[in-house]
Amino acid sequence: MEVATSSIAPIGEVGMSEEKIETTDSEKVYWSENIRLLSSLMVIWFVVSFGAGIMFREWLDQFSLGGYPLGFWFAQQGSIYIFIGLIYFYSWKIHKIEQKYHVDDDQSDKDDQA
Amino acid sequence: MSTQTLIYLFVGLSFAMYIGIAIWSRAASTKDFYIAGGGVNPVVNGMATAADWMSAASFISMAGIIAFSGYDASVYLMGWTGGYVMLALLLAPYLRKFGQFTVPDFIGTRYYSKAARVVAVICLIFISFTYIAGQMRGVGIVFSRFLDVPITMGVIIGMAIVFVYAVLGGMKGITYTQVAQYCVLIFAYMVPAFFISFLLTDNPIPQLGLGSTVNDGSGLYVLQKLDLVLQDMGFGAYTDGSKSMIDVFCITAALMIGTAGLPHVIVRFFTVPKASDARKSAGWALVFIALLYTTAPAVGAFARLNFIDSVQDQDYATAPAWFKNWEANDLIAWRDKNGDGKMQLGNGDPFKGAPEFDEVAGASGERVVKNDAADDNVNEVYVDRDIMVLANPEIANLPGWVIALVAAGGLAAALSTAAGLLLVISSSISHDLLKQTFRPRITEKGELLAARLAATAAIVVAGYLGIYPPGWVAQVVAFAFGLAAASLFPAIFMGIFSKRMNREGAIAGMVTGLTFTFLYIGWFKLWSPASNIAANWLFGISPEGIGVIGMVLNFAVAITVAKFTSAPPAEVGKLVDNIRVPRLS
Repeated sequence: MEVATSSIAPIGEVGMSEEKIETTDSEKVYWSENIRLLSSLMVIWFVVSFGAGIMFREWLDQFSLGGYPLGFWFAQQGSIYIFIGLIYFYSWKIHKIEQKYHVDDDQSDKDDQA
Repeated sequence: MSTQTLIYLFVGLSFAMYIGIAIWSRAASTKDFYIAGGGVNPVVNGMATAADWMSAASFISMAGIIAFSGYDASVYLMGWTGGYVMLALLLAPYLRKFGQFTVPDFIGTRYYSKAARVVAVICLIFISFTYIAGQMRGVGIVFSRFLDVPITMGVIIGMAIVFVYAVLGGMKGITYTQVAQYCVLIFAYMVPAFFISFLLTDNPIPQLGLGSTVNDGSGLYVLQKLDLVLQDMGFGAYTDGSKSMIDVFCITAALMIGTAGLPHVIVRFFTVPKASDARKSAGWALVFIALLYTTAPAVGAFARLNFIDSVQDQDYATAPAWFKNWEANDLIAWRDKNGDGKMQLGNGDPFKGAPEFDEVAGASGERVVKNDAADDNVNEVYVDRDIMVLANPEIANLPGWVIALVAAGGLAAALSTAAGLLLVISSSISHDLLKQTFRPRITEKGELLAARLAATAAIVVAGYLGIYPPGWVAQVVAFAFGLAAASLFPAIFMGIFSKRMNREGAIAGMVTGLTFTFLYIGWFKLWSPASNIAANWLFGISPEGIGVIGMVLNFAVAITVAKFTSAPPAEVGKLVDNIRVPRLS
């Protein structure tokens, strides 16, 4: 691993404005990728619930899924299924990103579960 | 065996199991008591979270609310599940990485302030007590109907059971009883749902049944038939709402954000070994929750159809037994407005308010209701929505053991949530108020004792609130969400995602959000209930949805105040950097 962990970086009198010095580059990149991923997933979260289930419900109701009007289905069924998908997708994707920047918590497995 | 014997057997067995688990998993240290030792498997924790989460309101009331309000009830379905996305993505992994015992722990440390910690404790106690009252009430309702015990006695028995496993076992005891309770409650919910779905649609999977055709030969889909029948009787269509879009939007948002800010849910994610487990665990929790939450709309719709079928235009004299059972429990009432001896359903109130019964019997043998008349409509039947799930197996003529199962399931749902809430109340007192604020030199043993005493006191208060409830089950629960959304969620969120947020901003924000939401809800619900109509609401947002505005105010005040006060110290910046990264350093 090429980077030092933030915990060994000196704190000294460094204030908040300069705290970037303490954060290693890989942690910074990791965090911005995380924020990007989070933002796009939260957009989907918003669209399927507040969008399809509420704001565009009436319009979507002209289509149907079996006996369900589509907007009604999103509000009472579909949004929930997609929520589950979002959490598992995030869990999987962020773990990849963490491994890429060596910030995952895999190594600690053995210590913690011992 | 008679149904009554089966009910005693099922409830008795489930209680014995909970107590057995409690004895097996006694807490030996404060770490055990607060976070179950911190080594709970993410799937196990997901299941415990689901039981913790699904309360008497979810199990008993929700399908009834859906049955009677159709599309409008979507706010609960999306609101009480969508919050898990926020938890898994925005809060849980970071709070787990932070690695302390309570939610006020995080707020107190992140905002380097005992005052912030105490404000968080106040928010937490407020939220948890509003929520717990509904649980004890649910316990009372189940006892009174199924075990023929007065509500008060039922609440006391419930308190005693929770006392044993919450006080002995702490989080450790609660975690494993919750796993057992999840199994009981989901089984109890799904079995009648399979039956009823199959009876109505020939498809045993309720989620598919709701989208299928009714097997009465009409060829209509379930929802189509429901829309037709209801519109025929003067109701609005089932798949169409009566609430304004902005209100539906705000209630859904308040419930979602509130879910993410509820301390008893958040604290469950402190019990898994590491940050990545917190994410997985939230995913599992939602899977376990979704099983019930996607079934509830089907149960609601089927129950409504069955109910109309078995009541509309029937002679009271030959009314089904369940109708009279629930009437005897004050939860159903009938006033023969047109004097034809038949029960008619319709849109509107059968009379004003909840029924108050007279001692005498009416012309058809019904219990006479003393309430003021409401003669502007034809509806003659009062139904407490809470009974839809409990009465469902009887309405659908299911065997006695299914009814017994539902009784045990309702109790499991109420007890598991009550225990989770009691735990966060007691740990916020023993850990945050005593250990971290007022009595820092308290020993480990003393703190554990204090936690147990606080849990005991909290049980007594909860029981009192259950016996003298401030409102009906689901409504009481809805308040807790507004308060959580407006106070704790923004403080935690900004604590993770903004390094600039400081002590002054967070405290000002929490106080503003909590005060505003409390006053708004209090005004319309407690002090001036007569004015609780859409025309008087701020932007047309009902008290149930106002937590969103409280949250926006919280953010706005916090950001403004933080701008004009000094930045947090460097250690806090380091702390934030540390929690943002899963790797243990």
